[in-house]
Amino acid sequence: MALYSEKVMEHFRNPRNVGVIEDANGIGEVGNAKCGDIMKMYLKIEDDVIQDVKFETFGCGSAIASSSMATELIKGKPVSEAMQLTNKAVAEALDGLPAYKMHCSVLAEEAIHAALEDYHNRTGK
Amino acid sequence: MIYADNAATTRMSDAAVQAMLSVIQQNYGNPSSLYTLGQQAKEILEDARQAVAEVIGADPREILFTSGGSEADNQAIRSAAALGKKAGKTHIVSTAFEHHAVLHTLEKLKGEGFDITLLDVHEDGLVRPEEVRAAIRDDTCLVTVMYANNEIGTIQPIREIGEICHERGILFHTDAVQAVGHIPLNVKDDHVDLLSASAHKFHGPKGVGFLYARKGVRLTNLIEGGAQENGKRAGTENVPGIAAMAAALKESAGKIAQNTPILAERRDRLIRGLRQIPHSALNGDETQRLPGNVNFCFEGIEGESLLLLLDDKGIEASSGSACTSGSLDPSHVLLAIGRVHDVAHGSLRLSLGEDLTDADIDYIIQSVTDVVTYLRSFSPIWRDLESGKKPHIL
Ligand SMILES: Cc1ncc(COP(=O)(O)O)c(C=O)c1O
Ligand SMILES: [Zn+2]
Repeated sequence: MALYSEKVMEHFRNPRNVGVIEDANGIGEVGNAKCGDIMKMYLKIEDDVIQDVKFETFGCGSAIASSSMATELIKGKPVSEAMQLTNKAVAEALDGLPAYKMHCSVLAEEAIHAALEDYHNRTGK
Repeated sequence: MIYADNAATTRMSDAAVQAMLSVIQQNYGNPSSLYTLGQQAKEILEDARQAVAEVIGADPREILFTSGGSEADNQAIRSAAALGKKAGKTHIVSTAFEHHAVLHTLEKLKGEGFDITLLDVHEDGLVRPEEVRAAIRDDTCLVTVMYANNEIGTIQPIREIGEICHERGILFHTDAVQAVGHIPLNVKDDHVDLLSASAHKFHGPKGVGFLYARKGVRLTNLIEGGAQENGKRAGTENVPGIAAMAAALKESAGKIAQNTPILAERRDRLIRGLRQIPHSALNGDETQRLPGNVNFCFEGIEGESLLLLLDDKGIEASSGSACTSGSLDPSHVLLAIGRVHDVAHGSLRLSLGEDLTDADIDYIIQSVTDVVTYLRSFSPIWRDLESGKKPHIL
């Protein structure tokens, strides 16, 4: 059996929404180099809808795949819906993660939430 | 496919496979049985013991067959500890970058009242003999220092350490799992009392190894039962595995002189190539290292991603990153040589075999360069380093 599902490998090999949004109005960075995974999410929100999202990740295969999947799950969605994103939803969309890699999906959830919080702080919404 | 993880395990040699098959098919008797088939197996066992002993400069009676390196390490340390305890000596000297088979055994002994000193291995990954001398106390019963490190490949000054131990009358064990069959060694010249080795690191099968115990060093059993192995390790002997180990070792040891310069040249070619990657560093001393070992840290990337993408390119290697070990901490070896967590996560070990060509090496260099560049292109750490927000470490 392979370490990761086909879906994880597919997102790891071809991550969606990689990069930076120069005029992002919500940025979140979580994790630390000590534990080995860092995720940075950039959001461009207009009319309470996530028009664009990009990520940068330092981390393992599942960290990169989780970041990619999380961006797909919230892109084009209303902010209220993105707020509901859970690590479970990310892991399930990836057809599961090994137990000791679940923290990577948690990090993806936290990165999205941190970026949304930054957006709220900036806009006062 | 380019297999560059020979420190993890090796492909069995044809000689080893043949030896194993022939025992399985023809000499399947129990060495403890007195009829002909049993005595044939016994003869194979003792021939293997003779062959193994010869390679390391020991007497056959000083060789005990085990299930591998881990068991040999456990038994060596447990035996020395038991002897020490009887004499009221409960201090052990070792190093911070031993294999877990050694470190976890020492940890257990600590819980049983032993005092453990783990020596610094410095930035170059080398133990200083004078620091061994300084660490020895009146109640020291054992010094255990690995012959060559399994991650960074550094070869320790075993002979000097052995001399110091013998001057002071202290037992000296070395985990030589990465050294046996790869570099010349001799237990008498090196003043070694106990030595561990494992067959699958020198083109033998997995699950077989041996422990050398100098005549006069009383071993403690880990496994009780029948009288096999001089009563020191019960259980019907793994005759096919042992025969294969002996065949593999004879061949590997016989080729050291011929292979070393070729391997070392490939290693150095690889080191030169990977050094061209900005903000990278070789781990461990450049010259005092196994001829097939290359270990690098690359700033701004994580090792598991690197391994997965190299695997896609047909290169099989390993890393000391936390994510490859299932724990949150990166390799204790890299931390022991002073690499900080951020950098230790981005490590790559390539352990070369004799089969690789210069073209393979160049392909590895190109592939690693491409993958590191790609992973850095969306690494937030790399961004911070390049924008000057954080200073480069390497
Ligand atoms: C230095 C060292 N010691 C001990 C071992 C354990 O050997 P084995 O896998 O045969 O138990 C290994 C191999 O992983 C090793 O590299
Ligand atoms: Zn991870």
